Amino acid sequence: MSWLADFWSTYGSQILPALGQHLILVGVALASGIIVAVPLGIILTRFPRWSSPIIAVVSIIQTIPSLVFFALLIPIIGIGLQPALLVLFLYSLLPILRNTYIGVRSVDPTLLDASRGQGMTSWEILYMVELPLSAPIIVAGIRLAAIYLVSWATIAALIGAGGLGDLIFSGIDSENTNLLLAGAIPTAFLALIIGFVFGQVRRLVTPRGLRAEVVTKRDLRTEVVVG
Amino acid sequence: MNLSDVGLLTLEHLELVIVGTFFGGLAGFLLAIWVRRRPRWAASFLGLAEVIQTIPGIALLAFLLLALGLGNPPVYVALALYAILPVLSNTYEGLQGVDPVYLAIGKGMGMTPGQIFRQIELPIAFPVILAGLRVALVTSIGIATIGVFVGGGGLGVLIFRGLQTIDIQTMLAGAIPAALLAIVLEVGLSLLERRLARATASK
Repeated sequence: MSWLADFWSTYGSQILPALGQHLILVGVALASGIIVAVPLGIILTRFPRWSSPIIAVVSIIQTIPSLVFFALLIPIIGIGLQPALLVLFLYSLLPILRNTYIGVRSVDPTLLDASRGQGMTSWEILYMVELPLSAPIIVAGIRLAAIYLVSWATIAALIGAGGLGDLIFSGIDSENTNLLLAGAIPTAFLALIIGFVFGQVRRLVTPRGLRAEVVTKRDLRTEVVVG
Repeated sequence: MNLSDVGLLTLEHLELVIVGTFFGGLAGFLLAIWVRRRPRWAASFLGLAEVIQTIPGIALLAFLLLALGLGNPPVYVALALYAILPVLSNTYEGLQGVDPVYLAIGKGMGMTPGQIFRQIELPIAFPVILAGLRVALVTSIGIATIGVFVGGGGLGVLIFRGLQTIDIQTMLAGAIPAALLAIVLEVGLSLLERRLARATASK
């Protein structure tokens, strides 16, 4: 335990600000991603003819690796905190948009007919039927985006965004094992904790009637892309 | 930097991706076959693979760097580790998804369990398994680019060199082929899956 105490007294003062910066990067990108991508995903479901090409393009963009995505955008947007935030925001849009679209589309059309038959307006149907039923899938998209963002934010350190990636990269450069671990361990835990928290949120927002069903696990999982 | 450099690094990139994914995918496939008769183990193995998957690439590479030193070894191991979950979960779910009626028919025709597995279960589950392999391959193209930070080769070398010297041309010489590799694999394998799924469905 004394090793841990030594470690903390040496690196704690570096870990905390880096962790804070990392959380800000992830939080700002994720929040703006949700604000933009959820409504956009809902709008897409209203225009079926446009949606499949758009979703196909979004899925393809999502396969572009993180470091590559940064490298492709640097010539356009430059480096620094704001460009990094922009890239993180753009990337967070993809999984959320995709899952919102898939989620809302997956609502049983007979339920929509029934709601309409009861005289509900399309807003009421959206708020009281479609969104609650698709919430688990939407949250799964948000969870995926959040996990990616933790990982992407480490890469963003390369273009001057700060965060835990700074510790990892300076640890590698200076062959300082402890500094490397001071970055890598909190990064790994942050991703696991965020994944767990959003997993719980997903369970909470799952309507009681759907809990017994196995919510198309594979749909949500096939998009796991790390890096 | 010239064109033959880009070609060589692309080949090295592919080598990293293919070798790493092969071993990880094989492990995932065998694990899936082993755990599917042991439901209690299935949940814990899937959970463990998911934990590995959640760890950010650069953090996992950093841990492996400490264990294996600089160079390609930590990259190979990271790629293999990340390939386990997609193949494991898709093989498992693909095999679970086979309609038991087919198994009963096979049994009734006097097929051995091995024959049932090879001639019925595996072909039906194949498109789903292939989807897992696709995810693993596309993921590993991305992980391989950041392998450069632990001394690995491949296209990440150009991106990193370009970043350090603020040389946009070199950066793009690495980034564009890497993006194309990921996109071509994703699109090509998706099309193949769709064809196979249709062929299976029409039989």
